[in-house]
Amino acid sequence: MRFFAAFRIAFRALLRNKMRAVLTMLGVIFGVGAVITTVSLGDGARVMVQQQIATMGENVMLIFAGDFRRGGVSFGSGSSSALTMEDVEAIRREVQGVRNVSPEVSTSRQIIAGGMNTSTSITGASPEYFAIRSWTLKDGAFFTDQDVTTAAKVAVIGATASKNLFEGGDAVGQVVRVSMGGSSGGGSIPFTIIGELNAKGASAGSFRDYDDCLIIPYTTAMKRLLNTTSLRGINLQTETMEVMPMVGTQLTNLLRQTHRISGGRPDDFTIRSQDELATAMSSTQETMQYLLGGVAIVSLLVGGIGIMNIMLVSVTERTREIGIRMALGARPRDVLLQFLIEAVTLSCTGGVLGIGLGMLASKILTQVKNWPTLTSPEAIMYSFAFSVIVGIFFGFYPARKAAQLDPIDALRYE
Amino acid sequence: MPTGRRTRSAALLDAANPKHFVSQSTNSTAGEPVIRLKDVHKTYFTGELDVKAVQGVTIDIHKGEFVALMGASGSGKSTMMNILGCLDRVTKGDYLLDGIDVSELDRDELADIRNEKIGFVFQGFNLLARTSALENVELPMLYSRHKTYDDREEKATKALELVGLGNRLDHTPNRLSGGQQQRVAIARALVNDPALILADEPTGNLDSKTSIEIMGVFQKLNEQGITIVMVTHELDIAQYTKRNIVMRDGRVVTDKLVTNRLMAEEELQKLKVASEAIQMIPS
Repeated sequence: MRFFAAFRIAFRALLRNKMRAVLTMLGVIFGVGAVITTVSLGDGARVMVQQQIATMGENVMLIFAGDFRRGGVSFGSGSSSALTMEDVEAIRREVQGVRNVSPEVSTSRQIIAGGMNTSTSITGASPEYFAIRSWTLKDGAFFTDQDVTTAAKVAVIGATASKNLFEGGDAVGQVVRVSMGGSSGGGSIPFTIIGELNAKGASAGSFRDYDDCLIIPYTTAMKRLLNTTSLRGINLQTETMEVMPMVGTQLTNLLRQTHRISGGRPDDFTIRSQDELATAMSSTQETMQYLLGGVAIVSLLVGGIGIMNIMLVSVTERTREIGIRMALGARPRDVLLQFLIEAVTLSCTGGVLGIGLGMLASKILTQVKNWPTLTSPEAIMYSFAFSVIVGIFFGFYPARKAAQLDPIDALRYE
Repeated sequence: MPTGRRTRSAALLDAANPKHFVSQSTNSTAGEPVIRLKDVHKTYFTGELDVKAVQGVTIDIHKGEFVALMGASGSGKSTMMNILGCLDRVTKGDYLLDGIDVSELDRDELADIRNEKIGFVFQGFNLLARTSALENVELPMLYSRHKTYDDREEKATKALELVGLGNRLDHTPNRLSGGQQQRVAIARALVNDPALILADEPTGNLDSKTSIEIMGVFQKLNEQGITIVMVTHELDIAQYTKRNIVMRDGRVVTDKLVTNRLMAEEELQKLKVASEAIQMIPS
C-alpha cells in the first residue's frame, strides 16, 4: 500500500514537468534503443547462420582436397587431386564414430528437358549423401547402391531445378539431357529422373540456392560426365556432435598415412566440421556487436547521468516539500524511496520507450536493408532490467541527499 | 505488509521508552500532562560561539489547554517550537510528549512521533502545491506506520468539513485564499487525531478579519478537547487562547491564564456591526 502510494506520488511529480521528464528520458530511450537494435541485428545474423548450417545437415564434416592454409595461399577446394575413392573406402573401414560417408564430385552444366533448359549444379555422390545433407523426398525415390555399381543414368532433382525445367509438372519419370561440356565436343547424356527433393528453401542472404541441383551416382558422374578419378571432397556424418574432434583426429592420421605424408610436411587435405564453419561465420558479427554494444552502454550511462542531474535539481527545488513531508511524519527512508522511485520511473519509462524504438528500428532495417533481425524476449528483459539498474544507481545519490535533509532547514528553505 | 512493520516499529518505541504503553491509559486522564518539559536546554554549537537558545524551561501543558507561546524574536520561542514539534532535540533536560520521553529517540522514531502525536500548522501554510485540498489532508495518513487507514478519503473529507471547507475538496492551494489554505492546513493537522496541535504563527500571513476567523476555528477545536499550542508575537491574537507563556532570552518570564479572553464569534459579530455602521454613515 505504502509502496503503491509512493509510486503515485512519483508519477504525479513527473507529470508536473512533462517536458523535463521526456528530455531526461531521451538518454535512456536512445541507449536502450541502441542496445535492442544491435542485439536484434546480432541475434538475427546468428540465427541466419545457424539456419544455413542446419541446411547443410547434422553433424557434418567435410574433407576437401588441398590445404587451404598452405603458405597463406588459398588454392580453393579440389585444386589438387589428392582425394580418391580409396580414401573413402579407408574411412569406411577404419574411422570410428562415423555414421555415413559419401564421396562428392561436382560440376555445373546445362540441362535440357523438352523445350526448356537451365544451368544447374550437378553433384555426384553415394546414396548416403542424402542422409548426410538431410535431403528428403517429395516424390519418387533416391538412387541406390545398385545404381552406383552400374553407373546408372538416373538422377534426383532439386526443387528449383525441377521448377525451372518442368514448371511445376511431374518431374519423376521424365528424361533430362545433360550437356557434355565444351571439351567433349558437345553432345549430351540422357538421365531419367527417379526422385524429386523437398525444397530446403534459400535462407536470406544465402550464398547459393541449394535446391538448384541435380544429384546423380558418383560413378556415373566420374565415368560418364567428368572422366576423372579424383574427388572434390568427402562428406561425413558423425554419430554424435561430441565425437567430431575425435573423428577429426582419426581422419587426419588416416589420410596422412594413406597419402604418405611424413613428419613436418603439411596435409594435402582440409577437414572442416560444421561448428568450425559456424564459428568462422559468426566471429565477425560478434566483433561488430561488441563494438555497437559498447556504444550503446556508453549512451545508457550518459542517460543515467542525465537522470542524476535532473534529480539533483528536483531535490533542491522541492526542499520545502521534503520539509513538509518530514514534518508530517515521513521517515528519511520514505523520502529516499520517493525520489528513488521517481528516478527509476524515469529510467524505466525511458527503457520501455527505448525498447519500442529499438524494435521499430530493427523492423525498419529488416524491411529497408533486408538485414535479418530478431528481437528476443531475453534482450527485452535484460535491457529493461538494465534501465532499472541505471535508475537505482544514478537516482540513489540525489535521493539520499533528499533523505538526509534536516526538516527544520528544509521547512525554512525559500 | 503493514503488520510486520507496525509491530517492529512499535517494539522500537517500546524499547526506547517503556512508558509508551502506559501512556495509552494515562493520556485520557487529566492528571498526566500532554507536554512535560523539565529544565530543558538547547544550545547551538556554531563554531566559536555557542548560542544558548533555551536555558532551563520547565512547563506542563495538560489535555484541553490552549496555550500561546509568546516572545520577541530571539527569545527562543522558535527553538521551543522546534523542540515541542520533535523537529529538534534538547541538549539537556527531559521532554515527555503524551507520556513518551522523546529526548532519546532517533530520526525515524521522531518522524513517527510527529506523525502520530503532533499536527502542525505553519505561518506559510506549507501545503503541497498543485495537490488538491483533499490529498493534502490525506498526506499524514500516508506516512502512518502504526495505523492503517482504509478510509483516508472519508477521514480527510470529515476534517475539511470540520474547518468549513467541505465544498472545496478538490481545489488546489493556488485556487484558495490565505484563510482557506490555513484551514486546509488545520484539517491536515487534525486528521491523524494527534495529542497536540502545534501552530507556528498561524495568523502571521493573514489579515485581521481572517486571523480572527482562524482563531475561531482553533477555539472550536479546543472546545472539543483538542490541546493546542500556538507560537505568536501578536498580543491580541494571544488573547483568544486560555494561557499565555512569555519567553525572553531563552527563559520563561511570564506564565499566566488569560483573564479577558476574546471569543472569535463575538469579535466577528462586532466587526460586522462596525462595518455596517460605517456603511450607514451618509457621505
